[in-house]
Amino acid sequence: MFRALSGGALIGGAATLFWFVNGRVAGVSGVLSGALRERGDRSDRVLFLVGLVAAGVVATLVRGGAGAGGQSTLPLVLGGALVGFGTRLGGGCTSGHGVCGLARLRKRSLVATLTFIAFGALTVFAVARVAPMWSVR
Amino acid sequence: MRRALAALGAGALFGVGLVVSGMTDPRNVVGFLDFTGKWNPTLAGVMVGAIGVHFAALRWLGSRGYPVLSADARPWIDGRLLAGAAIFGVGWGLAGYCPGPAVVALGFGTSSAWAFMLAMVVGVLAGERAARDRDAAVTASTPARAV
Repeated sequence: MFRALSGGALIGGAATLFWFVNGRVAGVSGVLSGALRERGDRSDRVLFLVGLVAAGVVATLVRGGAGAGGQSTLPLVLGGALVGFGTRLGGGCTSGHGVCGLARLRKRSLVATLTFIAFGALTVFAVARVAPMWSVR
Repeated sequence: MRRALAALGAGALFGVGLVVSGMTDPRNVVGFLDFTGKWNPTLAGVMVGAIGVHFAALRWLGSRGYPVLSADARPWIDGRLLAGAAIFGVGWGLAGYCPGPAVVALGFGTSSAWAFMLAMVVGVLAGERAARDRDAAVTASTPARAV
């Protein structure tokens, strides 16, 4: 739990830095969408994403391997499409609504966060019973 | 230059936080969502740490006169918000990745991370289009109000 809390604190610090200097909310789905679609200056968003990937590269070097377990391709790809679609329709993901929105005490973000946790839980419950071969292991 | 360094640093710090806390491992995410099974509270701890620090920092900035609230063109709770969050939740439960950890996982160089990312980019573009179409339809069906 110490690692969870301290990792979370780093995320909160990063979101504060990005807001204070760059004036942007550190919602990753929104940053990604802006980096893909924005026609004007998108350097802030692209660099934020580069930083995220760099953290992954460093982690791989430090621990000498990717770490994560294997997953079936179908739920992975289907899940990716739904995550992309849903976060843009709903205007945020775990970071945008779940961290930045809740830290601003926004009711809209609380409703979104409770909704995606509920539907995520229902999905995990259903997959374990209907399609256990799709379970993340 | 200051802005560029801050953006890069914020991304890197955010990514390290996700790795350190175990959020880039889909098993921790699915474990958190598995309320009827062997529940894994890690994600809740990450949320508490992140929200606590960000909330306190925004409060402090606000007390010193800096802007705290983000501009939001759509501050209301509507069907778009609920449907989007529900669809995102289903995808999150299926794959165990949300956008932040998915971008960090690209740096792991695994084929599963890239497969998820490609599908997510397609979903993001389709989702923005659907959101725009829906807003246009709602605007068209709402009678003009005198201001």
